[in-house]
Amino acid sequence: MSTLAHDDHHDHKPTGLKRWFFSTNHKDIGTLYLIFALTMFFVGGAMAMIIRAELFQPGLQFVDPQFYNSMVTVHALIMIFGAVMPAGVGLANWMIPLMIGAPDMALPRMNNMSFWILPFAFALLLSTLFMDGGAPAGGWTMYPPLVLQTGDAFPFLIFAVHFLGISSIMGAINIIATVFNMRAPGMTLMQMPLFVWTWVITSFLLIASLPVLAGGVTMLLTDKYFGTSFFDAAGGGDPVLFQHIFWFFGHPEVYILALPAFGIVSQIIPAFARKPLFGYASMVYATASIAILSFFVWAHHMFTVGLPIKGELFFMYATMLIAVPTGVKVFNWIATMWKGSMTFETPMLFSVAFVILFTIGGFSGLMLGITPVDFQYHDTYFVVAHFHYVLLTGAIFALMAAAYYWLPKWTGFMYDERLGKIHFWLSLISSNVLFFPQHFLGLAGMPRRIPDYNIQFADFNMISSIGGFAYGISQLLFVYIVIKCAMGGKKARARSWEGAKGLEWEVPSPAPFHTFETPPKLTKKVLESLY
Amino acid sequence: MASQEIYYIPDGSKWPIVGTLSLFITFLGGAMMFNSVDAGKYVLIIGLAALTYMFAGWFADVISESIAGKYSKQVDVSFRMGMGWFILSEVMFFAAFFGALYYARMFSIPWLSGEGQGGHNGTHEFLWSSFQASWPMNVMPDPAKYTQYKDVVPAFGVPAINTALLLASGVTVTFAHWALKKANRTALSAWLFATVALGFIFVYFQAGEYAHAMNDLDLTINGGIYGSTFYLLTGFHGFHVTMGAVMLAVILFRSLKGHFSQKDHFAFEAVAWYWHFVDVVWLGLFIFVYWI
Repeated sequence: MSTLAHDDHHDHKPTGLKRWFFSTNHKDIGTLYLIFALTMFFVGGAMAMIIRAELFQPGLQFVDPQFYNSMVTVHALIMIFGAVMPAGVGLANWMIPLMIGAPDMALPRMNNMSFWILPFAFALLLSTLFMDGGAPAGGWTMYPPLVLQTGDAFPFLIFAVHFLGISSIMGAINIIATVFNMRAPGMTLMQMPLFVWTWVITSFLLIASLPVLAGGVTMLLTDKYFGTSFFDAAGGGDPVLFQHIFWFFGHPEVYILALPAFGIVSQIIPAFARKPLFGYASMVYATASIAILSFFVWAHHMFTVGLPIKGELFFMYATMLIAVPTGVKVFNWIATMWKGSMTFETPMLFSVAFVILFTIGGFSGLMLGITPVDFQYHDTYFVVAHFHYVLLTGAIFALMAAAYYWLPKWTGFMYDERLGKIHFWLSLISSNVLFFPQHFLGLAGMPRRIPDYNIQFADFNMISSIGGFAYGISQLLFVYIVIKCAMGGKKARARSWEGAKGLEWEVPSPAPFHTFETPPKLTKKVLESLY
Repeated sequence: MASQEIYYIPDGSKWPIVGTLSLFITFLGGAMMFNSVDAGKYVLIIGLAALTYMFAGWFADVISESIAGKYSKQVDVSFRMGMGWFILSEVMFFAAFFGALYYARMFSIPWLSGEGQGGHNGTHEFLWSSFQASWPMNVMPDPAKYTQYKDVVPAFGVPAINTALLLASGVTVTFAHWALKKANRTALSAWLFATVALGFIFVYFQAGEYAHAMNDLDLTINGGIYGSTFYLLTGFHGFHVTMGAVMLAVILFRSLKGHFSQKDHFAFEAVAWYWHFVDVVWLGLFIFVYWI
């Protein structure tokens, strides 16, 4: 297989600022994405710390309610658009060309623009923290009429969303073109690694859903400044219309955050179970089914706004349907581990935790998807617990797993396994202390998005806050581990993990600046040895 | 997977960062204007100028690389995929506005006039019990807040003519394509010119209709949900037609300069696809906004 590991003799890199600002290299752009995502993870995390500090005790302690609401709003926007999505795109940039034997992304210049939009879009958004009326405080869902009361921040919020949408659509187009046009000769679609598959499907979701959000926030803008009445009943519109438009985007968005995570664990579990992925084809079909179904379930976010009963029923049953392909995936991950010779290095620990904790989040999602039950749970902390289980212990755990799994390929060095394990156990325990009590808070009726609460909720909130601070501090350890790994350590072999399969492990570690400049020849035999 | 030649990976380029900065300045200027900051419009103009410069420069680079023969068949396929998926994203953008239109007609207006049970008629009962459903809806639930208009633009006047113009332009651009494939450069330029002309005539007529609607019919963007959907849908469409016509004009200019070969003319095809997309959106507009 070393014939595939084509050593590059003219591995010259551009130097200085030009290397980063003018880059057309998928690895550099991937690195930029990942560093940006990690930075925003801490910015959004700092806001979460403010939220948890305020909720440590009942009563108003640290911040005024308006600022608290902007923290809730901006925390969500940053974590979704600034941390999880860019981290996923960063991994796609780094790994997809390596996994499919392509020299780079299909449209390298556009790739650069997709990245550089992000810091500027967040400059627009974060500048609102210093404006008259403060940062947006109407929730990341931007429901009118409340959001129309935003002060000077309003147009900045709308344009930041437009700007981020442009970035994501360009990124998605690039990934689709790369996967469909740049695969090494001989690699069929059904031979692609599952991470590649989940990213193609995610890209379809991005292209089909983000423009709808752009349209919706444009209507908000014209309602506020040009006198349209899309969301004003006095002119024949309806505020609920915005919720329909928003969630037509918002529900696929949930899978935009989750599908790449599915792809990551589908790479990692086989590597550390030393068995091929169980049910590869069913994994592909399940992912596609989830993506298609995600366009027909949006109103389960709106069960309590007064939908017609037929609508409530349709969206309840459609939502239940998603449990079927998701169940297929969970079954396949477990079946992959079944009788495997497993070892539990940090990526595997995070992946196994993902399977268990994401499933918990999935089950609470099923509970929320039942219309009559949702009437009780809606807008309570139960919802907060649910989506943090799927997004933090789900998506972010998978992203952490990916970082540990591929760090040797990126840096050329093995990270400190002992510290990695400590990071995992700290994250696992603290995040459950943080979010599990929120289920009880929600079931007991504590509403979300308020800075103060009744005394009966005090104990669980204090526990949750302690878990929150512990989780926040533990993530600093991750930064230390990454920096330590980048600085040096045990040299990583090309195949950094004994059971790791795939083209990305055929190139040296660290991966040279240019890889697969001539496409690898993938015969059937070579492909079989790869998987 | 088209062919196995070496894929052309461009060297570093300043255009992506120039594009990012110019978009940033544009958005910043727009947001400043909405917040009534005087400098906003200058910032916006600078942003738009920079954006134009970026488009011109970026495309000039791509064209010269293409003419220099650096692009393989595979690069061409990447470009095609890029354009195709971009158009799909545009379709979804329009879908949001069509969705708003259907929602207003199917749900919000009937409910406001008292249809439905289980609370859907509550607004009617408690706020505006005299409101009657109609489409086009020219009596507002709250007449004090939105402008009542006299009439709407009838479908079988200028909009029907505009439909004919756009459909004809779809034919002429196809004739231009056929001429290009047969290397008949005169016919190519003539049909392209006709397409560009039809596009701009469409925009001219549309502008005339807007003036008529606003001045004579009192139909403004403030005219409730009809005015909102009418102006946003036709407005965004008109903007896309203008962009498409400018793109076609660039293609005409390039073909007069002798660009494009019988086999290799992706830019021409991309603009033609875009033009057909604009055409199809118009058909949706004609049927659902003007006609039924």
